Amino acid sequence: MSKQKLVIIGNGMAPGRMLEHLFEATEAFDVTIFNAEPRVNYDRIMLSPVLSGEKSFDDIVIHDDAWYAEHGITLHKGEKIVHVDRAARRVRSEGGIEAPYDKLVFATGSTPFIIPVPGHQLKGVCAYRDLADVDQMKAAATQGGRAVVIGGGLLGLEAAAGLRAQGMDVTVLHLMPTLMERQLDPAAGYLLEKELAGRGIEIRCKANTKAIHGEGRVEAVELEDGTMLEASLVVMAVGIRPNVALAQCCGLEVGRGIMVGADMVTSDPDILSVGECAEVDGMVYGLVAPLYQMARVAAATLSGGQGAFRHNETPTKLKVTGVNLYSVGEFGEDPALEDIVLRDARRGTYKRIILRDNRVVGAVLYGDVADGAWYNEFLKSGESVEDMRETLIFGQAHQGGVAADPLAAIANLGDDAEICGCNGICKGQIAQAITSKGLTSLGEVRAHTKASASCGTCTNLVEGVIALTLGDAFEKKVEGMCACTDLGHGDVRILIRSKGLKSIPAVMQELEWKTPEGCAKCRPALNYYLVSEWPGEYIDDQQSRFINERVHANIQKDGTYSVVPRMFGGLTTPDELRAIADVADRYQIPTVKVTGGQRIDLLGVRKEDLIPVWKDLNEAGMISGAAYAKGLRTVKTCVGTDWCRFGTQDSTGLGVKLEKYLWGSWSPAKLKLAVTGCPRNCAEATCKDIGVICVDSGYQIVYGGAAGLHIQGTTELGLVKTEEECIRTIGALTQYYRETGFYLERIYKWADRLGYDHIRAVVFDDRQQRNAYADRFEHSQTFAQVDPWAERVQGAEAHEFKPMADLTLEAAE
Amino acid sequence: MNAEAIITFARVESDWRLVGRIEDIPRQGARCVKTGEMTVAVFRTSDDRVFAMEDRCPHKAGPLSQGIVHAGCVTCPLHNWVISLENGRAQGADEGATRTFPVKVEDGSVYLKL
Ligand code: SRM
Ligand SMILES: Cc1cc2nc3c(=O)[nH]c(=O)nc-3n(C[C@H](O)[C@H](O)[C@H](O)COP(=O)(O)OP(=O)(O)OC[C@H]3O[C@@H](n4cnc5c(N)ncnc54)[C@H](O)[C@@H]3O)c2cc1C
Ligand code: SF4
Ligand code: FES
Repeated sequence: MSKQKLVIIGNGMAPGRMLEHLFEATEAFDVTIFNAEPRVNYDRIMLSPVLSGEKSFDDIVIHDDAWYAEHGITLHKGEKIVHVDRAARRVRSEGGIEAPYDKLVFATGSTPFIIPVPGHQLKGVCAYRDLADVDQMKAAATQGGRAVVIGGGLLGLEAAAGLRAQGMDVTVLHLMPTLMERQLDPAAGYLLEKELAGRGIEIRCKANTKAIHGEGRVEAVELEDGTMLEASLVVMAVGIRPNVALAQCCGLEVGRGIMVGADMVTSDPDILSVGECAEVDGMVYGLVAPLYQMARVAAATLSGGQGAFRHNETPTKLKVTGVNLYSVGEFGEDPALEDIVLRDARRGTYKRIILRDNRVVGAVLYGDVADGAWYNEFLKSGESVEDMRETLIFGQAHQGGVAADPLAAIANLGDDAEICGCNGICKGQIAQAITSKGLTSLGEVRAHTKASASCGTCTNLVEGVIALTLGDAFEKKVEGMCACTDLGHGDVRILIRSKGLKSIPAVMQELEWKTPEGCAKCRPALNYYLVSEWPGEYIDDQQSRFINERVHANIQKDGTYSVVPRMFGGLTTPDELRAIADVADRYQIPTVKVTGGQRIDLLGVRKEDLIPVWKDLNEAGMISGAAYAKGLRTVKTCVGTDWCRFGTQDSTGLGVKLEKYLWGSWSPAKLKLAVTGCPRNCAEATCKDIGVICVDSGYQIVYGGAAGLHIQGTTELGLVKTEEECIRTIGALTQYYRETGFYLERIYKWADRLGYDHIRAVVFDDRQQRNAYADRFEHSQTFAQVDPWAERVQGAEAHEFKPMADLTLEAAE
Repeated sequence: MNAEAIITFARVESDWRLVGRIEDIPRQGARCVKTGEMTVAVFRTSDDRVFAMEDRCPHKAGPLSQGIVHAGCVTCPLHNWVISLENGRAQGADEGATRTFPVKVEDGSVYLKL
């Protein structure tokens, strides 16, 4: 029997999944796909990480060319179907390719809605739907300037965060009074707005776009109230419409989408529809979980099996690194609804559970989302929660004396608890696949079940299920530090602490390093972790430091070195300058340069001259500027109240005090500060690792800025009243970073990983903890504040600075 | 002259030259020997084996003596090429080699054959 011809219009995530199910069930079809987009099936959900630069297109491909070849599929890329002849059962593409079908699937997805304001056709206006849009946004981002994102929903906010990560200034215009109003209540919307604003994304709610202006390309956006916003890019993310035009043309029944029954069959028995274009039981969908259910049903229908689509609430999450929110079900103003709310202003968390007749009908979580899946389980089961009303809001860990074991929460979930929302995979399915197929790793579980293979936010839960199913046999595989170990930086830091490991050989032995003595990646990291963990106890291993830190100078491309003495807060004196000049003359140092860090660099010093150069500088009262160190570099300052007519505090003096307090400390990566006398910001405090902005009422401490390979403004930690408090708070922040940062991870990356709210809660809001961290920092400084130059002038590490032998002298003798 | 002074040496046998004592070189470290036409880096591993090669990375002439020594290799301080101490060859995907020289240790004295 010859195979039946299956033709699919559209090659998005829904039909891709349908084919996977279909091939599992039958080989009865000869498949031809037409796709208007000129590419294979990719994970559209993951466009946001591609936009922000965290992933590449290759990372998000679902089916590569080889997959189509393997299944004998003909894929016409970049061929849009323009005609369907239902009587003759043929389709025709724009390029004139024709194909006959026995069964046809409409999977045309949606089209983004473009608000038809004047100027919407200008260059530089785009939607956010496919890879071409992402490419256009990234190209615009390289030119810098401001992006205006219209729409403060899921897509708009992901676009905004991505563009911000690409270095653009970003303004979000949202028509409604709060962000993501369809998923979040105003309280959670407010927290989200605050978080995004803290990351330098300007949010304007109740903003109605009137027109887009520009000569040939976008230059500005005009609002209804007359405000003009400069813009070089406009992204419209205001909604999508099921793409039904073609179906309508060929006479299929169409409502909001293409009407299908619970079996995914349209009004024509030989035509099915799946994905965002399909309407089932009065509903159309815009998230993948229900679309994947459609895919499963359609595959069953095509292969002669049974399946019926059933509506389910899909939880929403926002894929912006460091923002945790979870929303499911309803939260309207219906008087029959009851709320349980828990807020923790200090930690910036908000939880709300919505009940009707003691049954969960919705949940909105912000900040602490760990219990989302648990609430969703109650929502789906419709079980009464009357017995646990008092404790429900505190989450699963607080029910009936469950231990604080992180796996306990997962152990308590029922087999039908949904773990992976995108793919609709329940706990039981994962466990079953693990035992029946002998799976042992996250990668294998992803490959076989699809759990956590889409947006990835449930990775931890999936790993938990694997751990529970396999018991001790499962070791969670984080990315190892390097080829010498499978342990990640976080694991190693914890184990050093908990096992009390105090030397590099001890770490390598106890943590089962795979190489005898590590490599140039892990050794410097381990050395730092030990220095930071055991101040005063651990003896720094010079041979595990990069040359710059070993000889306390920066190696140059010709093998000579540069020498940078400290100038606390950028202040110097005529005597210091004279000493620098004398040194430059005496040792014939070719270049003397003012650095970007407000001090002076002597470049081109021969290695043999380092010690005498330092000796002379030491004698003039100067110490090493540590311009080479993963440690404190500079504290830049502006002139402040001493001279400036706008200065509000003594910024120079505070800068000097801070540098005196912090110098000598080692940190995961370099640490740069600045203190600026007023918000005019002449010392550029808002792009530093840590900055202080002096204001009339005190000192605003900011952190997490970057102005190197990546550019981003700082986030506020908090306002303090006195210099003393400012210095101690910065000590606490620095110490928390020193204790939890990964080697070579700058503060901004560390803060993105831990979350700004969390860091504020630990080192700012909680006084006691703040003091404890500051005390630990000061303790560690008692061992660290030793000038390395002076030590070496005294003879330490002398071998570093002299050749072992000079055979040229032999001839002279 | 102090104890760390540069010592000059006479020839010991045909062309083995005494360059110093093994304890002058830190474990997992290196010291330099100047010969006039070039600088030679003499490495000592954690298990006290000694190797010598020209102090010049095959990539862009970085001073290998200043790199991190690990598992029979040194990582160049300039751009992180990894060079085998045994044969001077770049490891992994990088291509190139540095000249190596025979060394021996007798009673703690290090001899180099150039
Ligand atoms: C000397 C100086 C340039 C100058 O002539 O002004 C300089 C010189 C170097 N910078 Fe820098 N940076 C200098 C200020 C900066 C600044 C501006 C600032 O500090 O305000 C930045 C941007 C801010 C920042 O740190 O993000 C800067 C961002 C970088 C980066 C990118 C860091 C990043 O995380 O993106 C690197 C590369 C790295 O560290 O991996 C770098 C690396 C280097 C190195 C160490 C490259 C190297 O490995 O050899 C250069 C050493 C030259 C030497 O031997 O002295 N330098 N560098 C400045 C020394 C400041 C000081 O007094 O200590
Ligand atoms: C940036 C972004 C982030 C998202 N994040 C999430 C998320 O976190 N969670 C979630 O659940 N969902 C998310 N979504 C939604 C999710 O990606 C979509 O619901 C899903 O991809 C839709 O799949 P589909 O197969 O129905 O349609 P699509 O993927 O849109 O595929 C339709 C395809 O059909 C083609 N086509 C249309 N007409 C024709 C024609 N006449 N001939 C040939 N080809 C045609 C189109 O070019 C398109 O390639 C996100 C979407 C975007 C854009
Ligand atoms: S920008 Fe910095 S790293 Fe780059 S060349 Fe200049 S000094 Fe060197
Ligand atoms: S010079 Fe050695 S790696 Fe470039």
